[in-house]
This record gives sequence, C-alpha cells and structure tokens, in this order.
Amino acid sequence: MTPNPTPAVDEALIRGLVPGVLGALVRRGADFAAAEDAVQDALVEAIRVWPTHPPREPKGWLITVAWRRFLDATRADATRRRREELIAEEPGPGPVSGADDTLWLYFLCAHPSLSPSSAVALTLRAVGGLSTRQIARAYLVPEATMAQRISRAKRTVSGARFDRPGDVATVLRVLYLIFNEGYSGEVDLAAEAIRLTRRLAATIDHPEPAGLLALMLLHHARRAARTTADGGLVPLAEQDRSRWDTELIAEGVGILQAALARDRLGEFQAQAAIAALHADAPSVGETDWVQIVEWYDELVRLTDSPIVRLNRAVAVGEADGPRAGLAALAELDDSLPRYAAVAAHLHERDGDLATAVRLYAEAARKATNLAERDHLTRRAARLNNRRGR
Amino acid sequence: MAKYLLLKHYRGAPAPVNDVPMEKWTPEEISAHMRYMSDFAARLEKTGEFVDAQALAPEGMFVRYDGEGRPPVTDGPFPETKDLIAGWMVIDVDSRERALELAGELSAAPGAGGEPIHEWLEVRPFLTAPPTVTE
Repeated sequence: MTPNPTPAVDEALIRGLVPGVLGALVRRGADFAAAEDAVQDALVEAIRVWPTHPPREPKGWLITVAWRRFLDATRADATRRRREELIAEEPGPGPVSGADDTLWLYFLCAHPSLSPSSAVALTLRAVGGLSTRQIARAYLVPEATMAQRISRAKRTVSGARFDRPGDVATVLRVLYLIFNEGYSGEVDLAAEAIRLTRRLAATIDHPEPAGLLALMLLHHARRAARTTADGGLVPLAEQDRSRWDTELIAEGVGILQAALARDRLGEFQAQAAIAALHADAPSVGETDWVQIVEWYDELVRLTDSPIVRLNRAVAVGEADGPRAGLAALAELDDSLPRYAAVAAHLHERDGDLATAVRLYAEAARKATNLAERDHLTRRAARLNNRRGR
Repeated sequence: MAKYLLLKHYRGAPAPVNDVPMEKWTPEEISAHMRYMSDFAARLEKTGEFVDAQALAPEGMFVRYDGEGRPPVTDGPFPETKDLIAGWMVIDVDSRERALELAGELSAAPGAGGEPIHEWLEVRPFLTAPPTVTE
C-alpha cells in the first residue's frame, strides 16, 4: 500500500531562483507587490508539479508561470476596476541581469521606511522565497498576522525608488537579525540567513557583507557545542571544541581574511575577527585575549555601542585580570542588559564568591531569555553549593 | 520583535479611574466596550502585531500534587483579596515603547458613561530565545 515515492523537489534550489524570477517580472512592468504574490504562486505550483514533470529550464519555467499568474490576477483586478486597457501584452523572455535583480530586491526589502520585523518578514518571503506560513511559524505568530505584516510591508515599499544605490548597512542589519534572533522551528533561520548573506556577498563588491558572512559561519560552526542535550546553554569557555565544525571555521576565516585585506574595516569584519580568534584557540586557556581586546577597541571606535563596551570588559578581564575587567565595567551604565551577569563573572574570577552569587541571582532575574536565566541560576547554585561545603 | 503579554485583572490591579462595575453600565455601553475590544484586536491583526487574545472565567481553583497514588488536592475558589486574571492579549511588536503605547490604547476602552475606563493593564515581556552572537 505504499504509494510510489515521488522524488522531493530541492526547495532550497527553487528558492534560490526567486530573486531572478521576481526581478524579471518587475522589469516586464509588474508592480512589486503583485509580482511577489505571483512568484509565491509559481513556487507552490513548482513544488507540486516538478516531482513528476521536472522542467528543462527551471528559472524560465518559474518566470512563465509567475507571469501568467500575474496577468490572471491583474485581469481579475482590472475587470473589477474596469481597467482592462492596462493589461500588458506578454513579452518574450528578455535578457535578465540576475545580479542587479538580486541587489535591488535586497535593498527594497530592507528599506529604511520598514520596521525591523517587517523588513525581516519581507526579506524572508520576497528574497528567500519562504511562504507566509513558514515565516509565521518561525516567529511564533498566527499566519493571518504575518500575512498582514508582509502585505503592509509591500505597500510601504511599493513606491520606493532606487535611483541611487542604498546603504548596504541596512541590508546587513536585517540579515543579522534573521541570524541572531531567529527562533528554532521547522525553518532553520540561521541557515537561511547564511544562504541569503552568501548570495549578497557574492553579488556586491563590498567587504562588510563578506564580514557578516564570516561572522555567521564562525558562530554557526559552534552550533552543536552551544547547547546541552536538554537545551541548556553552554558558554563559550565550556564548549567542547572538538564539536566545532572545522570546515565552516576554515571557510569563515578565509572569507574574513580576504575581506580584511581590502582595508575597509567595518563592524561585522571586526566582530568576525573576534569570533575567528576564539575559533583559532584549541582550548579556552590558549585564547589570544590581548588581540581580542584590540579588536574590541576597533569595534568601540566603529560603533560606540555600550553593549560592545560591556563585552570588551569581559575580554579585558581575561587579558589583564578580573580587577582590570571590573575597572572597565565601572565606567559603564549598570542598567545595561547583562551588566550584572558580566559583573558576577568578573567577581567570581576575582575570588569574591559572595558578591558573585548575589550578582548571578540578580542577573538571572533580569535575563531576557529563558536559556540564559537558567544558566545564570545554575551558576549561582553551583557557587552556593561550593561555598556551603 | 518581541512578544508582550497584556494582562487584564478582575482583581489585584490598582483601581481604574472610571471605576464602575460592568453590571451597572447601560447595555449600549457594554456593547460599545465589546466593540472597542474586538476592533482593537482586528486593528492589531492588520498591523501584523496580533498574536492571541483570550478571556478567562472568574471561577477557578488551586490544585497541587498530594503524593503517590493520591488524587490532587484542590483549594479555592480564591479569597476576595487574591489577584485574579480576567484575560490577556499577546502582541508581537518592535519595541517596548510600542507595547506600552498599545496597552495605553487598550486601557482607554470605554466604560460607564462611554468614558474611557483608564483600566490598569499589566505588561509583561516574554522571555525570548537566546541570541546566537553573545561575545
């Protein structure tokens, strides 16, 4: 009674074609919002049809089907509005500049007029080719809510003009958000962020997308070591480094070195450099903290971010001892997120366990995510038990 | 991108400005209140910020484990002094400021005399998934 196994369609491969297909439709005169809907319809059709009728030319197939869907929708729309005369004749397939389409799409979906959550959702759908349902599940909101978020975002950017090249930093921030704040679910958002950043880095001649890609790869390499079997958080210092993915590390380091060689430092290259120094240390004791502090100094110069200064204090504590770390910490605002956690760690290293326990407990109460709260609580409990003996 | 719980209390929150129990409103005022609430939820769905809304019955009890092979022990209904949750709305917004703004709007739902209740809502952030990049 087993049905004939149908070969599954490589979804990632299909989704990789999305920017080119969408760009082709828009260049034929379709408006972005309608074209994007039509491309989604074509993707659904491809996943249904291709297992039994694989196309000879996948991208051409998608453009043809999406264009028909677009015309059908436009006709229905136009009939309603009595604007049949606006329907375009179906043009022949013209030459497609894939690189321009891809870049245009990244910039459109990260447009500064969009809120971060809207830009993330639109990027995942229009550039990544994920369905609204997949994105809704990834971010744990109802599908209807995500559909509205995406259609609002499309309306917001529909009039956007790109006469001048945009600021690539806006695109990088969106990709970083997808990577860093992704929830776990059926869609691997970290892998998706890497796929989208890899493509951007291959399309645009700029070292920062490469820096971001390297940063993602170097952190993704630690994924298996980052959590215990029951989902607990394993801090960098305690990770089993034999479980780090050496291939990803090698790729990340290679990409970073090529980017740094171009001598246009940016924040993602500097962050990746720090991750690379961690990746380079066979054990936590062999970490080159002095160099890491230097990179934090660069990051402070580039971003002037209080969070960066906080992380710098941790590195200073390792490079020059916990007292030096505490001195660096003392210059910062104690209302910063994770301030108490950093202070607790430095006091523990300094041997002041009573203060460390108190601060770990305080940090646990202030933690904004469950895994970190549990980790800090365990930390406090461990020190309490050690002191009790 | 952060989720917040907006909690509405039957009891336990500070007294609202327009503090008249619902059974003393006119039927039209009750309808207007309900309409405001459903319009608010519908508007949040349109802005892509709505996650969930539920109302709870006031009747409830405490339950606890009472040892191997024994039925759970129950206690309650709650004494009058206890905090009592009436319902909630979960929103997914870009900032804490936006969460507070929306809670303020929800608190303006009309009550007696068609005037805003100024009800106190409890706003609680969800704990998130841990970020990947921490150093």
